[in-house]
Amino acid sequence: MSDWKLLNTSTPSGASSVSFTDLTGYKIFKFVGIDLFPSTAGQELKFQVNASGGSGFNETMTTTFFDADNLESGSGGTLQYEANDDQAQGTAYQKLTRATGGDADATCAGELFLFNPASTTYVKHFYSRFNEYFSSSPRTLDNFVAGYINTTTAITEIDFKFNTGTITGVIKQYGLVAS
Amino acid sequence: MSGALKLLSTQTASNSASVEFTSGIDSTYDEYVFYMVDIHAETLTADIDFQCSTNGGSSYGINIVSSISMAYHQENDGGAALSYQTGFDEANTTNFQLLMYYLDNAADTASVGELHLFRPSSTDRVKHFYSTTNVHVAGPRIDNNYIAGYFNNLSAINAIKFQPSSGNFYGNIYMFGVK
Repeated sequence: MSDWKLLNTSTPSGASSVSFTDLTGYKIFKFVGIDLFPSTAGQELKFQVNASGGSGFNETMTTTFFDADNLESGSGGTLQYEANDDQAQGTAYQKLTRATGGDADATCAGELFLFNPASTTYVKHFYSRFNEYFSSSPRTLDNFVAGYINTTTAITEIDFKFNTGTITGVIKQYGLVAS
Repeated sequence: MSGALKLLSTQTASNSASVEFTSGIDSTYDEYVFYMVDIHAETLTADIDFQCSTNGGSSYGINIVSSISMAYHQENDGGAALSYQTGFDEANTTNFQLLMYYLDNAADTASVGELHLFRPSSTDRVKHFYSTTNVHVAGPRIDNNYIAGYFNNLSAINAIKFQPSSGNFYGNIYMFGVK
């Protein structure tokens, strides 16, 4: 067996956050978010990690964020770097989307790849692509986020949440290449 | 299962001048994926490049036409942008194609990514590829690169080589076939 292995499936329903607490055994992890719905309109889906022996979800990151958007009305249609959504050695939760939700059918979906979180030699890289329905000004936002967690301590936990309110949907954790 | 990955081969660079896959690239699979984990350059500002071969690795130098887009962000927040990189694309040249630009060589720095190669065994079509790479760049900064292109040749590709532009490198590269 060498394909992506499904390790965990979380189905939050009005949860404040979703954590995965086993990041061992594989060189590459993939987290797939499906129909993620915030209880409050216009929320950012975010994530952070906790290092072994750390004080919580507050590891240092340097990241990039760009997106493509297009309005339902047909106006817009831009590709741009989002300087307010990246981090330069920041410890905040990293945004994966910008303003998800509002209508009952407004969600986001996408993938986050995390490389070798157990490494005690190197920084830990990640990249993601999440698409969201930005319903207050109805449009699609295709968000590309990447960066590294600037620590050589093993990463042991990852946490997903919306900026405020709760999260409903599905997040699946996969592993590739047993280590 | 359609789209399932099968791990075919693993190459480990350990202070190596290059890494090659010279077997297993044939008509068995329509798509191959190479995952690159913890790529670390020995030489400051070295790039990581790749090329393919139609003679089992005896020579590398197929004409490539390619594009590269990059988002970057400096750790000190001194700069961040998304742009097309005219200096790193190829216009029907036989050069090695850049995958990772200007690597830092500090002990904790590494880079990661994935490269998809489509139907390399074709003898009547060009061969397409695309990659996503995350690079810990000297500076330091994060680069998130999107590279795509095609090998402009109607001979079957049966080998691929990864190498730094100078010095040696470390890391693991996993070759998968996609069923």
